[in-house]
Formats: sequence, structure tokens, C-alpha cells
Amino acid sequence: MKKNTEDRFDVIVIGAGVVGCSIARELSRFKVKVAVLEKESDVGWGSSCRNSGVIHAGFNNKPGTLMAKYCVEGNQKFHSIAQELDVPFKKTGKLVVAKKNNEITGLKKLKRQGELNGVKNLEIIGEQEIKKLEPNVRGVAALLSPETAITSPYLYTIALAENALKNGVRFYLNTEVENIKKKTSGEFFLKTQNKQFIADYLINSTGVYCDEIARMAGIDCYRIYPCRGEYYVLDKNASSLMNHLIYPVPHIEEGGLGIHLTPTVDGNVLIGPSNEYIDINKRNDYAVTMEVLFKLCKEAQEFLPAISPRYFIRNYAGIRSKQTPPSQGGYKDYVIEESEEAPNMISLIGIESPGLTAAYPIAKKVVSMIDQKEKLTPNPHFNPYRKGILRFEEQDDETKKELVEENSDYGEVICRCEQVTKKEILEAIDNPLGARSLISIKYRSRAMMGRCQGGYCQTRILELLKEKYNYNWNDFLLRGSGSYMLTGNRSNGEPGI
Amino acid sequence: MINKDVVIIGGGAAGLAAAVACREKGIEDILIIERESNLGGILKQCIHDGFGLIKFQHSYTGPEYAQKYIDQVQEHGIEFLLDSMVIDITSQKVLTVVNKSGLKKYRAKSIILAMGCRERTRGAIGIPGTRPAGIYTAGVAQNLINIHNYMIGKEVVILGSGDIGLIMARRLMLEGAIVKMVLELLPYGSGLPRNFNQCLADYDIPLHLNHTVIDIKGQKRIEAITMAKVDSKGKVIESTCQEISCDTLLLSVGLIPENELSKMAGIQLDPLTGGALVDEYGQTTINGIFTCGNVLQVHDIVDNVSLEAEHIANGVERYLSSLLKPKNSIKIEIGPGLRYVLPQHIQYLDDTVFSFRVKKPGNKKQIIFRNDNRIIKKKSFIRVNPAEMIRIKLTSSELSDIKHLKVELN
Repeated sequence: MKKNTEDRFDVIVIGAGVVGCSIARELSRFKVKVAVLEKESDVGWGSSCRNSGVIHAGFNNKPGTLMAKYCVEGNQKFHSIAQELDVPFKKTGKLVVAKKNNEITGLKKLKRQGELNGVKNLEIIGEQEIKKLEPNVRGVAALLSPETAITSPYLYTIALAENALKNGVRFYLNTEVENIKKKTSGEFFLKTQNKQFIADYLINSTGVYCDEIARMAGIDCYRIYPCRGEYYVLDKNASSLMNHLIYPVPHIEEGGLGIHLTPTVDGNVLIGPSNEYIDINKRNDYAVTMEVLFKLCKEAQEFLPAISPRYFIRNYAGIRSKQTPPSQGGYKDYVIEESEEAPNMISLIGIESPGLTAAYPIAKKVVSMIDQKEKLTPNPHFNPYRKGILRFEEQDDETKKELVEENSDYGEVICRCEQVTKKEILEAIDNPLGARSLISIKYRSRAMMGRCQGGYCQTRILELLKEKYNYNWNDFLLRGSGSYMLTGNRSNGEPGI
Repeated sequence: MINKDVVIIGGGAAGLAAAVACREKGIEDILIIERESNLGGILKQCIHDGFGLIKFQHSYTGPEYAQKYIDQVQEHGIEFLLDSMVIDITSQKVLTVVNKSGLKKYRAKSIILAMGCRERTRGAIGIPGTRPAGIYTAGVAQNLINIHNYMIGKEVVILGSGDIGLIMARRLMLEGAIVKMVLELLPYGSGLPRNFNQCLADYDIPLHLNHTVIDIKGQKRIEAITMAKVDSKGKVIESTCQEISCDTLLLSVGLIPENELSKMAGIQLDPLTGGALVDEYGQTTINGIFTCGNVLQVHDIVDNVSLEAEHIANGVERYLSSLLKPKNSIKIEIGPGLRYVLPQHIQYLDDTVFSFRVKKPGNKKQIIFRNDNRIIKKKSFIRVNPAEMIRIKLTSSELSDIKHLKVELN
């Protein structure tokens, strides 16, 4: 490939979601100059942090589709990737529960489909066995999938990005692509608000915005229908109510898997997501609605009557990047292609669920498409390992003792609910990507994620930011530029402590 | 393992008063464990006055009130740890404490739980809408303004009429912000009557009862809320929806006793109070573990916290001297009209202070303590209000030969 100047890259990946970051990491295995451009202030702030965190087994997707193939492959590979990247991973297993006898055919269909896709160890179990596995869950039969697992979708995305960064990929946050021009030389010319970029290859991994970005490059054949899913987050006290992921029998025409209950790797439980197509112009409308929140609670109680609003600690929404309009529903297979209108631009279209599971195989596919044309040279310095922030709370007393002796910052618990220490928060603040919004610190450290939602630790984290970076009142941001937390210093007070 | 006679978890109003009272009863070996860098708890950020009217017949600020107890703790030479977090507690009264100097285990003969409470959040009450910056619980806002000298907003809507919300309405006005309104879901205010007068009426801040927030707008910073009236069942009346622009939403929607450690120890909680099930000495379902203050029940007046803490010190002292011998366990029955009654049961039949709250406001009411048909005590009130905790003392002679005890509101 050609010699590069500062803003000139062999490959530019647009969008730092889990797919974009996976592609960046896979590319960094080769001697390629790569940049990732992300409009938000951190990686993974789109659908990648707004899903159920499930590593699907692969029985929900039609045999022969990329969705099915990549899901099964992604599931099988995930354990070793999670180990390389020090990302939480738990093989909890999943139960698709039939509430009535007439849903059992649906279970059998799913099992058959899964087996065709290559999913292992699927089993249909009866009411008695459900009771044994899940005493609180109601159902007449269930499909048990032991291969289904959970991870932390945002920590996975962050880990992929950090590892890619370490292996030479450049990340440009707060960098929204405004315009794409294909020059006669064949290179792409990208305009962003503060900077211009040149690239030989362009990867469009922009999730719910993929059709807009494609259109900028003159590709007009894609159309995305944003479909919102809302969630409730439950207190860790609810985790004792269930052991597996609990799903209803899906109705394929809905284009979602139905409102389900998912344990998280941190010990919370999620209820959701709902399935509501929203206006095409509101792709960033992550609002939750009263109607849906009410519905979530009601449907969760049908499986698990013990669920009650007293467990609720937060709600959120994600948006599916669907290719099928509301009138049609269901799924359309992933599109991963280089189109005639823009050679050397690879479009990833409609990467909805199981996108988190499939991210790795998708990335491998994208890299192989470039490799076929360019014959990439391996990067001899590629290091697949990345260390996450050590969680004090998860250590035994002896280790905790040693940690505090080594570094007294481990002795200061800043977030009470999640038992996050000053050391962990300082590491989160000082992250390699330089993302310093409160949400960035929250995703990395878990501080503010507990039942008091930052009531105790939020002000302490602001103090730490001030201590470390000498922040003024206007530097504290919740979620990137414009999300200012404070409006000034108090009239006659010394600014901050 | 370090042995202690009494370990007090929390160095706020309850913990400090309990420590002083225990020492004054002759208990030598006391340790207070405080997670923050200073003693005083939430009082540190309550710079308004009105504290101490019952205890000291004088109106102090929060820090002044706390300082009176901190001074006594220091005069008595009571040991305390700062910046120290209890991360584990067992039913055998073994505590694991972490701080900068390390991780240590303590075995206590007796424990006093005085961890206080936390604020109910937006997520807990499920307010729909986006999740932008500018949504604070009243206590966090109070901390940012009074302790850190920051301003949190310019145009504020307050949801919930709890006392901290009302206090903060005034505080924000004094700092030059505009408080547009206070919305309260219930048909009556949740705070103390004096706070409605001194914090809202005096500043012309409108209070809208039977109203709530049904939507939040704004991507980065909050831009507006949608308020709506609710009917008598709490259901939103669609035709009353109205968008109100604001850059800040303050929540004062209730306090929750912080009983995570209590649960860890295996202590049984009362769903009505969110605090532990206790006897007349604030002793929990584990012998020797006592509790007082906002972790037991959310108080409206700090003076009552101090009084409660002082009272349970009697029980701690007697427990340590093995003098706490149950006579007859009587479960207290709660009559209609009352939200809860503390203690939930009595077993020593000593002098007992009962504290409780009514379900809704009322005029010319009577509180009656009854053993089957026999009235043991009767007290009349011109007005009762859920915001105001009622405390009534029954003497050991009044309790001497009872078999049942029911508290009623008539």
C-alpha cells in the first residue's frame, strides 16, 4: 500500500461500535494504517451499549443466512476472544419458554433450525425440568440452550478498541463524517467538522446510520428502518430470581425475539427489549415511553411473577438497524458488500441482532475482502492481549488486602453500591481512548451503575476529575459535548473543592 | 481480628448520638466507622437552619447541630475511623472494613447500624423520556451547591415535595436560579408544613398537587419536561399534558433506608418501613445488632434521630451486661389509617417510644393504643400529616399486663 501522511490512511472505519472496533482490531493484525472515526465522545455509544449483552447460540436465524453462520461461529469463538481481551463472559444458558401447549411446535421448529445451523446441545425440556432449573419461572415446556452466554457489550467494545489502539489503530472521537468524495485517483476524501481524511478503503459500520453514510458515497440502494427496543434494568437483588436467560417463543414476524429476561455479567437483570418502529428521522431518539415501560413490566411478570417495580433502577433504549419496513416485519439478512458505485468501500448493512455475537466473524469477513485485493502483510508486533480494570469487589479478602497494601487507592471505596474503589475509577478516567464523560467512566468502572445511580459517588467522581485534570465547572460532561452537568460556580463560593 | 464492645456503622446524626449515649452509659470500647472524610453525615450539606428545636430549643444549621455531637465524641475520646467502608458483615457480628491503611476484620459484641438512607432515583420511579444531563436528586444537588460550590442549573422544575426538594427550591432561588414549579403526585405535600411556607410560598414558587412528570426531552442537556395532572387513582389525564421548558429537573421523590449491610447480615426487614424489624430497643432480628436513625425509618426531624439513638443505647448497654431478657413477645398490630408502626414488636415491656406515620392528612384525630377492648393510651391531635412522624411513649406500667397491642387512628 501507499506511503501515508498524517491524515491519510489505508483503511478508514466509520463507526466505533462493536462491529467497527472488531474490524479495527482484525485489521491491526496486518501492516495497514487504520483510523476509526466516531461521531460520539466514546466508542460503543450506539446499539453496542444498548442491547441485552447476549452471545447468542444461533438457533433464531434462518439456515443459510450470514446471520446464522456468523452467529454460530461468533458464539464458538467468543470465549477465547473474551480471554484475550479480559472481558467478562458467562455461559449461563438460555431457556425459550412456552407458556402454552400450542407454542411447543414453535420450540421444536427452533431446535431443528438451530441444529441445521450447527448449534450444539439443544434440548427440549418439560414443566418439571423447568421447575428444577428455574423454580420461579412459569411455563409448560422450554428449549434449553446451554451454549447461550452473556457478556458486557460496552466493555467488549471498549476492549476491542483499546486493543486495536495498542496495535496501532488511530481513533478519532467526536468526529462525524459530513461528506464523502471519491477522487479520480480512487481514494476517498472525507470531510468532518475539524479535520479531513483520505483513505484507500472505507468501511461503513455505522449501524442505524449505514444507509445515510452509503448515500454520501453515492450508494443509494440501502434503506434502514429504525426499530426501538426499551429496557428496564433491575437491582442485583433480583438476580436470585433466575439462573438462565428467559425468552418467550419468538414470533418471527415481529422482527425481535420478544420481551425477555436477561441476567447481566454484573449481576443485574434486564427486562426487554420492546419492538417499536420509529420515525426514520429520529434514529437517535433513545427515549423510553410510559406505554412500553408498563408493557415490559407486565410481560416479564407473565414468566416471573416475582418481578416487581421495586426492583427497577434504570431504563434505557436501543435502536435496531432493520432493513425490513414495519409492513413487512421479520428479518433481512446482513449485507456485507463492496458495491459498483463505490469500489473499495465496504458497506455493512442491517447489522442488527445477533450483531454483538457476529461482530468477530463479520470483521474477519471484511478483512478477507480487503486481503483478497491487497494481499495484506501480517503485523509481526500484533499483540492480541489487553488487560481490563481489575475489579476490587470480585477479589477474595486476601487479595483485597494485598491490593490495598500495594496501592492505597484500593482502600478508598468511592461507589458504595458497586464497591468501586478510587484506583478503579482513576484507571477508568485515565483510559487509553481519552474518553472522560461521566458515562465513559461509568461503563469502564461500574461506578454510578448501582441502585443509588450515582447518588453517593457522582460528586466524588467529579472531585477526582477536578483533582486529576483541574477541571472547570464547564468541563464536566455527562455524555459528550453539550451534555454539561453544571452551569457555573456558586455566586460567592470558591470554585469547587 | 480486632475485638470491640460496640461498633457503630455510620458517623452521621444517628451514629454520633448513639456513640455519645453509649459512652455516657459507661460503655468504654466503642468504634464509629464512617465512610466519608468527616463525621456528620448528611447534616454537613444541610446549611439551612431549623435543627435542634426539640433537643436544644434552639435553631441550628445542620453543620452546627452535627458539631455539637462531634465535639462530644471528641471530648469523650470515642474512637472513630474515617474514609472507611464496611464491605462485609456477618450474623456473627464480624465486620470487614477497608480503608487506605488496609483491610481489617472486627468482631463486635454489639453492632449499631446507623447507615442512613439514600434518595429514590429517576430509574426507580421510571420517568419516561430521554436521559440527558441536568437531572439530579435533590440531595446530590444540595451537595454540589453547598459542599462543592457549583451551580447545577438555571431554570428548574422540581418533582416531588419532599423536604430536601423544598429546601433546595429556596436554595436555588437564593443562588439566582429560577424554580418554575414543584410538582407533587399526591393530593397533599410530602414535606413539613413549615417548609412549604418558608421555601415555596415566601418565594412565590407554585406547588401543583396531583401532578407529575410524564416525559423528559433533550438529547444532551434536558430541555423540557411534560407535566400532567393525575386522577384520584394516580392515572395520567392526557388532556392536561403541558410542556415546560427547563434546563434542570430536581427529584425529591422519597428516601430509602440503606439496608444493604443489614441484608448481608441476614437481618429481616419490614417492607412497610424499608428498615429492620425491631423490638423496643431497636434490636433487629439478630440479637446484639441494633439500628437507629434513617436506616431504621426515614425521619423528618433530626432531633428525633438523636432521641431514637439515645434510646437504643439503653438496650445496647443492657445487652452487653446480659440484662436484656425477653419477657413476653408481643407483635404490634397496625390499625387502619396508619402507614407503619415502630417497633414492630416488644419483648421486654420496658418504657417504649412508639413512632409511626399516618397514611393521609386529617383533622381532629385520635391515636389509640388498645389491648383488645381495653384502651391503654389515647392522644388527640388537631391535625395529622404523613410528613410528620408521631412519637408516643408508653411506660412499663402501662405495658405491664398486656397480651396484645394495637395502634389505631380514629
